[in-house]
Amino acid sequence: MEELVSIFVRSVFIDNMVFAYFLGMCSYLAVSRTVNTSVGLGAAVIFVLGITVPFNYLLESFVLGRGALSWLGPQFASVDLSFLTFIMFIAIIAAMVQLVEMIVEKFSPTLHSALGIFLPLIAVNCAILGGSLFMQERNFANIAEATSFGLGSGVGFFLAIVGIAAIREKIRYSQVPAPLRGLGITFIITGLMGIAFMSFMGIEL
Amino acid sequence: MSDNTNNPQKEALLSPKNQKLLSNPLDRDNPITVQVLGICSVLAITVQLKTSLVMAISVVTVMGLANVIISLLRKGIPPRIRIIVQLTVIAALVILVDQVLKAFVYDVSRQLSVFVGLIITNCIIMGRLEAFALNNKPWPSFLDGIGNAAGYGWVLLAVGFFRELLGSGTLFGYQVIPNFLYEMGYENNGFMILPPMALITVGVIIWVHRHRNRSLVDIS
Repeated sequence: MEELVSIFVRSVFIDNMVFAYFLGMCSYLAVSRTVNTSVGLGAAVIFVLGITVPFNYLLESFVLGRGALSWLGPQFASVDLSFLTFIMFIAIIAAMVQLVEMIVEKFSPTLHSALGIFLPLIAVNCAILGGSLFMQERNFANIAEATSFGLGSGVGFFLAIVGIAAIREKIRYSQVPAPLRGLGITFIITGLMGIAFMSFMGIEL
Repeated sequence: MSDNTNNPQKEALLSPKNQKLLSNPLDRDNPITVQVLGICSVLAITVQLKTSLVMAISVVTVMGLANVIISLLRKGIPPRIRIIVQLTVIAALVILVDQVLKAFVYDVSRQLSVFVGLIITNCIIMGRLEAFALNNKPWPSFLDGIGNAAGYGWVLLAVGFFRELLGSGTLFGYQVIPNFLYEMGYENNGFMILPPMALITVGVIIWVHRHRNRSLVDIS
């Protein structure tokens, strides 16, 4: 249990998807104009990461990894399908996003109208694929740890995008040099937020 | 590249229109500083010039080929499942690039770690497939892909250049800041190696680019 909390906190603050690895930057920059839309996208990312990371963990440990197929019989013990990782992960992500969209549409129309346009966008959000690839790199011990990592990364993205959206709403009233307005200043603010987040570095949990 | 046969309009291979396809993304339509696509990898792998160069070449390859393949298939892809088809084509090409990198430049491939895989979700590639290759012939699509990837590449190299020069005093791993400067008290700016400085460097590049090109200034 302790381990799970520690992984969660690590992935929210120390290994933050946006500030430490710059994943999901495209949607981070494109959707952060207002706080409302950024909350929608952030929630959708938490949701999808929380589902796809454990799912891909199962795929990795029972199909793709070296010797992962040995449950089929001893003759499969030396099969290594890891070169298929990218294509399988992205297929799972695209399929899960589609599935989640259909389920949400069926059972909660309000949530669907809130997340609506963001869900398809998420299939090509690098934070999602990145989450699965980092999960593969870190060799988690069991599926609970992988889930905690996925949810933590999602929450980290949520914090980052809501934070920048709030700042961008305010900065409209400031005197920014004309060529820097919009995109340029957003980059620089993100850099400064990244420096702030670096203060979490080196914390042992 | 003799794709002349794919071009029934008998247009010159590098007509002014085609040249525009190649040169616009380098400046006015730059994927990074203007369209804001494919930022993730620019920031993460530009600590050294070498990784930036390998990444730029990988993206040029994947993008040129993906654009040609999708453009050849464009009449056969049902619109409903086009995203899956595009992702599959890109993922297949990225697997090829990844295996080549692992075979020939293993240490760089280790440094790039997950970011080679993340070329799949690089929004420039998807964006150009959606916006251009689905409606155009293979040769213009190829030029468009190469042009956009090159526009992406030069920003990548520029960021990598400044970060490696100021951060470690080297270029491609060779020391370029002469020793007597260090003796006079010059120090490498260790801050440039840290991730947030990539963002600020890109911010400054955007600033300079828009300053020179007033039509791009954001008036909203």
